[in-house]
Amino acid sequence: MGILDSKIPAGPLADKWTKHKNDINLVNPANKRNIDIIVVGTGLAGGAAAATLAELGYNVKTFCYQDSPRRAHSIAAQGGINAAKNYQGDGDSNYRLFYDTIKGGDYRSREANVYRLAEVSGNIIDQCVAQGVPFAREYGGMLDNRSFGGVLVSRTFYAKGQTGQQLLLGAYAAMNRQINRGKIQSYTRHEMMDLVLVDGKARGIIARDLVSGEIERHSAHAVVLATGGYGNVFFLSTNAMGSNVMAAWRAHRKGAFFANPCFTQIHPTCIPVSGDHQSKLTLMSESLRNDGRIWVPKKMEDAVAIREGKLKPTQIAEEDRDYYLERRYPAFGNLVPRDVASRAAKERCDAGFGVNKTGEAVYLDFASAIKRYGKEKALTSGIKNPDEATIIKLGEEVIEAKYGNLFQMYEKIVDQNPYKTPMMIYPAVHYTMGGLWVDYNLQTTIPGCYCAGEANFSDHGANRLGASALMQGLADGYFVLPYTIGDYLSSDIRTGKIPTDSKEFEEAEKQVRDRMEKLMSGTGIHSVDYYHKKLGKIMWNKCGMARNAQGLEEAVKEIADLRKDFWENVKVTGTMDSKNQELEKAGRVADFLELGELFAKDALHRNESCGGHFREEYQTEEGEALRDDKNFKYVAAWEYAGEPKDAKLHKEDLVYENIELKTRSYK
Amino acid sequence: MKLYLKIWRQKDASSPGKIVDYTLDGVEGDMSFLEMLDILNEELVSKGEEPVEFDHDCREGICGTCSLQINGEPHGPDRLVTTCQLHMRKFNDGDTIVIEPFRAKAFPVIKDLIVDRSAFERIQQAGGYISVNTSGNTVDANCIPINKHAADEAMDAATCIGCGACVAACKNASAMLFTSAKVSQFALLPQGRVEAVERVQNMVRQMDLEGFGNCTNTGACEVECPKGISLTNIARMNREYLSASIKG
Repeated sequence: MGILDSKIPAGPLADKWTKHKNDINLVNPANKRNIDIIVVGTGLAGGAAAATLAELGYNVKTFCYQDSPRRAHSIAAQGGINAAKNYQGDGDSNYRLFYDTIKGGDYRSREANVYRLAEVSGNIIDQCVAQGVPFAREYGGMLDNRSFGGVLVSRTFYAKGQTGQQLLLGAYAAMNRQINRGKIQSYTRHEMMDLVLVDGKARGIIARDLVSGEIERHSAHAVVLATGGYGNVFFLSTNAMGSNVMAAWRAHRKGAFFANPCFTQIHPTCIPVSGDHQSKLTLMSESLRNDGRIWVPKKMEDAVAIREGKLKPTQIAEEDRDYYLERRYPAFGNLVPRDVASRAAKERCDAGFGVNKTGEAVYLDFASAIKRYGKEKALTSGIKNPDEATIIKLGEEVIEAKYGNLFQMYEKIVDQNPYKTPMMIYPAVHYTMGGLWVDYNLQTTIPGCYCAGEANFSDHGANRLGASALMQGLADGYFVLPYTIGDYLSSDIRTGKIPTDSKEFEEAEKQVRDRMEKLMSGTGIHSVDYYHKKLGKIMWNKCGMARNAQGLEEAVKEIADLRKDFWENVKVTGTMDSKNQELEKAGRVADFLELGELFAKDALHRNESCGGHFREEYQTEEGEALRDDKNFKYVAAWEYAGEPKDAKLHKEDLVYENIELKTRSYK
Repeated sequence: MKLYLKIWRQKDASSPGKIVDYTLDGVEGDMSFLEMLDILNEELVSKGEEPVEFDHDCREGICGTCSLQINGEPHGPDRLVTTCQLHMRKFNDGDTIVIEPFRAKAFPVIKDLIVDRSAFERIQQAGGYISVNTSGNTVDANCIPINKHAADEAMDAATCIGCGACVAACKNASAMLFTSAKVSQFALLPQGRVEAVERVQNMVRQMDLEGFGNCTNTGACEVECPKGISLTNIARMNREYLSASIKG
């Protein structure tokens, strides 16, 4: 088993979680009052965990860099949340959700974790409805579902195109109930600067009040990191501007292993880059692929004419369009998983069929859905022999009801009306499957340091399916962590309050101050953003949708050089002891400059293609990912050892007892 | 295009602030308003000056972090967008743009264009939730059928991103639109009816304590709201409050 013990309970897959809950230690209610827990990050995972832990009776402190917990980036999730409710009677089950998730992740996730996720998925919906989350409903008053990529059932629950917002407001409401009771102390505009270990256990954090600049010490019996993903290492991504890896990376430097950093999701349907000024990318929900058809022109001359503005997409005849996903993957069509759809778009654009001025865009077309819905609506409205205009009008109304806010967002950004002309989309960095290594209990390799949601690596393997991030965040926060953390804390009932005047806290605080001073002392002329953009370019070009050994070797070196330059020269204005957004960014970019190198190193070592990790050297004749289960059926967990290049690899072999490993096919 | 910017600069909460003039060249129509400010900041940093601080995060119009009073309007001249989704194509070459923080007694300035909106959080903490445990031991979700229209209306109210534009737009700096959106979401759902009486009373009490003004039905909030939250919610909250006063 080696150094990595996943602590997966024995017994049949479907009984593991129930048995585990029955076997683990509990903390009695009177003792919970004497135990403190810090939760860093207040998105779905952190918010849900904080609310539930406080409700159980623990004293909880939450930290977020935003001015309110409800602004965490979970709020931006659009499409929906999966649950194996089988309300549609289309054959769904816990097993199917489990199977789809493992297969979608290209067989690089843990069976036991994923099954547990599927098992609690139904509870999430019950819970959220009880909390007043206004999910979409049918006319009979029952919950509505839609379908997402990589599956053959409709199991996605949604609230317009704002599901993440509604779920987060639900979790935040649950938090508010506990804040009102005094069981949660919510620290907003605070950033975790370091993790504090006492006798090898996580016992607190050093945080910075982003308004006053003050450095604070906070102690606890356990620390939960729910700080999201590290997609912003690419500079341009669909993450929020402030999303960062600092908390996870600080923990990594203190001994938490970082797993599969190269597993990153490039989402197929984002608004294409419009110029160098771009600060972030905007996602167009995967749910749009329920009704939108993706295509590029069949003829090269048409593609060229479109790029030059001489031809409009609506002028291209049906037979001259290449619906390449429907052509290549007839079984799943436009609803293939994200990694497959992204690579297919890149393949067409690389071949010269891109449709915007940069040549990096494909069409997402709603014309046929508008007609289909329009006809149906005319019939149900009692309109006989409707004319074309009526059909389109009615169809547009249906589309608006389903995706109105997304269409409006597209129009505001691109200045084109997507009801009348197809959307243009291109893949963009969206989500990171990699993250801190955790065992079945969501504990990292540091005792007492837990990690939940996107920040951990556990459930999505090498590719996440749509609408599964919300499911995992809430599962971890509401239903997993509150149980498993009790097992650890049961040995802490006699510990008493953790003092913050110990030498460990003092040293950690000093390190934080020294690091900030060093950041402020750069003598060059370039801003933090300058370095961040440079890092992003290296990552996108060499660690993006397609990677190869040569490019990755270059990336490792280029990032190390850039990091050196950054630490010597970066120019940070303002002072340490006041509100200073440049300093905030500098600290975050400093950590991205380390993570980026580990990312490239991980991608270089994994000599196979799987999920979002596509190595050009390893592909089938048809250009599909070629996995190597003999040599790489493991989780790569990296131990910090100074420079990222020296990180030490530990392997957790993935054991499949319930699923047969197959080549993933969506044909 | 070339723009003349007049931007509110204020060191911290206790220092006085003032409008500072900047000229910015090379602005393109495809840029968002915040990307325009990014460029200004990049220029300022390269000159060794402190950049203009402003709140922003998701930059896709949903987190509600960005604010800004642009030429006197919260989130600027476009309708149904937040500042991060406002694009420079709405402006013309040579325009002068005045950029200030949201102004309200209950939203004190932290620095430059950043204000403290924690009053909104305290209003929600006073009752913006349903008191149900997060244990998962609830009834099956479909045991509570909800009329589609009620669910849709609740969703419309729940769309509020809590950005504070309603307060900044109101001559009384009233938080009625925000508070009523939160009250309405729960009032419209059967799950929320159980505690409806206490909820509306507690949330309105907290709203008044925070120093927001009252509503005089000018409707400016509805016009400026980036999410199109309807004035109907205020009417609903008043009704809830009145009936709660009689019952309670």
